[in-house]
Amino acid sequence: MSNTEAKRGERSTWSWWYLLFLIQFAAVLWPPLYNRAEPALLGLPFFYWYQLACIVVAAVITALIYLITES
Amino acid sequence: MHDVNWVALSVFVLLFGLITWLGFAAARWRQGDLDQLHEWGLAGRRFGTLITWFLVGGDLYTAYTFIAVPALAFGAGAVAFFAVPYTVAVYPLLFLVFPRLWHVCHKHGYITAGDFVRGRYGNRWLALAITLTGIVATMPYIALQLVGLQVVIGGLGISGTDLPLIIAFLILAAFTYTSGLRAPASIAIVKDLLIYVTALAAVIVIPIRLGGLGRIFAAVPHEQLLLAVPAPHSAGAYGAYATLALGSALALLLYPHSLTAILSASSGRAIRRNAALLPGYSLMLGLLALVGFFALAAGVAKLPEFAAGFEQFGNNFAVPALFLHSFPDWFVGVAFAAIGIGALVPAAIMSIAAANLYTRNIHCEFINRNPTPKQEAQLAKWVSLIVKAGALVFILFVPTKFAIYLQLLGGIWMIQTLPALVIGVYTRWLNDWALLVGWAVGTYAGTAMAISQDLKPAYPLKLGDWNLPGYTAFYTLIVNLGIAIVLTLALNALSARRVVADETVATDYHA
Repeated sequence: MSNTEAKRGERSTWSWWYLLFLIQFAAVLWPPLYNRAEPALLGLPFFYWYQLACIVVAAVITALIYLITES
Repeated sequence: MHDVNWVALSVFVLLFGLITWLGFAAARWRQGDLDQLHEWGLAGRRFGTLITWFLVGGDLYTAYTFIAVPALAFGAGAVAFFAVPYTVAVYPLLFLVFPRLWHVCHKHGYITAGDFVRGRYGNRWLALAITLTGIVATMPYIALQLVGLQVVIGGLGISGTDLPLIIAFLILAAFTYTSGLRAPASIAIVKDLLIYVTALAAVIVIPIRLGGLGRIFAAVPHEQLLLAVPAPHSAGAYGAYATLALGSALALLLYPHSLTAILSASSGRAIRRNAALLPGYSLMLGLLALVGFFALAAGVAKLPEFAAGFEQFGNNFAVPALFLHSFPDWFVGVAFAAIGIGALVPAAIMSIAAANLYTRNIHCEFINRNPTPKQEAQLAKWVSLIVKAGALVFILFVPTKFAIYLQLLGGIWMIQTLPALVIGVYTRWLNDWALLVGWAVGTYAGTAMAISQDLKPAYPLKLGDWNLPGYTAFYTLIVNLGIAIVLTLALNALSARRVVADETVATDYHA
């Protein structure tokens, strides 16, 4: 056990770039940020289009993290 | 109810015929020996990035998604959009945790979460707890898929008979038995294309017919358009919304069907790529949630031809009614087939996952310790049939309108496996008995709290003079984790020389 514990070096799999994930968490899990109707986009209240936009932003962040950490 | 819609029904039956053929033909796709459990139950772990995308997407974004989320928007408004932060929060978890889990499972031939916990902690009782949780949470989830199917069958104008549902169920059972995970994987490709077409048509065509998004949202009652602003000293609707999203995200990937689909990927890399690609489905889900508002603005609930449907299925009938109201009959057939097939894909994967769990972690652990690989695979095939039959019986007892809340109760149970699974992927520090106690207390407390709130997801927690309503699963996870940590510290202090069983080593967890 102590043997495997000593070998448990997480450095090979951890990257500081992963902290970028915190952006997408904060952006969608803090409703006061976006719980309003204005400005609307094409008639869609802010509440809705903001969160939909967050999906796209989160996907881009994830793709970036993948590209950076994979190389 | 209204008359049978023959054009829509024909298209529906035609598409169902196509996927039935596909389901059986899938047995020969990327051929493997289906008498081996990892071939039947994980398709030999050979799916690359693209097939994994279709499979996991078809698996996680279920018929429930396409019926219940818009139904919630239709009935309750803005709160239904929690599905969006939910799906945003889930992918970092997929990216960080699950490639590690994939690697260790690949290395040791683990097929289920129970296998991993058994190997990591050397504790068959902890593995049993994880296994039972998975099976029990999965059963109502399969039933929920059949509810989705029921709603679209009703929408086609067929009423007063359960025969179509039973036929669909028999087809599902037969191709799952024959082809294993290859069946839902191949069908998922067709289903997802149909769903994307339907969703795009709905969000483009219907707003034009209704005079634009501005007009649609003007029809939404003011108090439902946004979340209610919390009173002083209360987290109010904000707390409920955020914890519901986060808790659901934490629970989702722990479900047996999620893990089954993820483990069938060919590499950890395919999983990481999918964390960036799967949000495509999230976007579709968000757009479909808007369709609930379209149904509200179109006033489908007040149209006499849909009265019977709403009476039978409640708000879950909102989307089918809107499609019937807005689309030509042939396209209604396509849309309903998309939802119907959307029920079969996850139902197949869920029954496979539950069967894998029973076979590996109950039967082979407690009943017959040394089955041949062939016996093991055969048993799983039979169990998959039993699980589906159970789900069919189950839906007779569950009122349709509680579909979404029932799924949330399953989420409360499922999230209790997080400490053993997710933290276990990183460290063996937590004591297995401490984890078991944490699981038991979390499960009990979560169930009691949910029942005290009539199975509503949010629990009105009071701390001092603060009101903190939040998702029960999220609160009980904190309790569970707290107990696991404190008990681990206590047990470590009590016994100076501890023998820790762990058949995995650090290098098993990455490439």
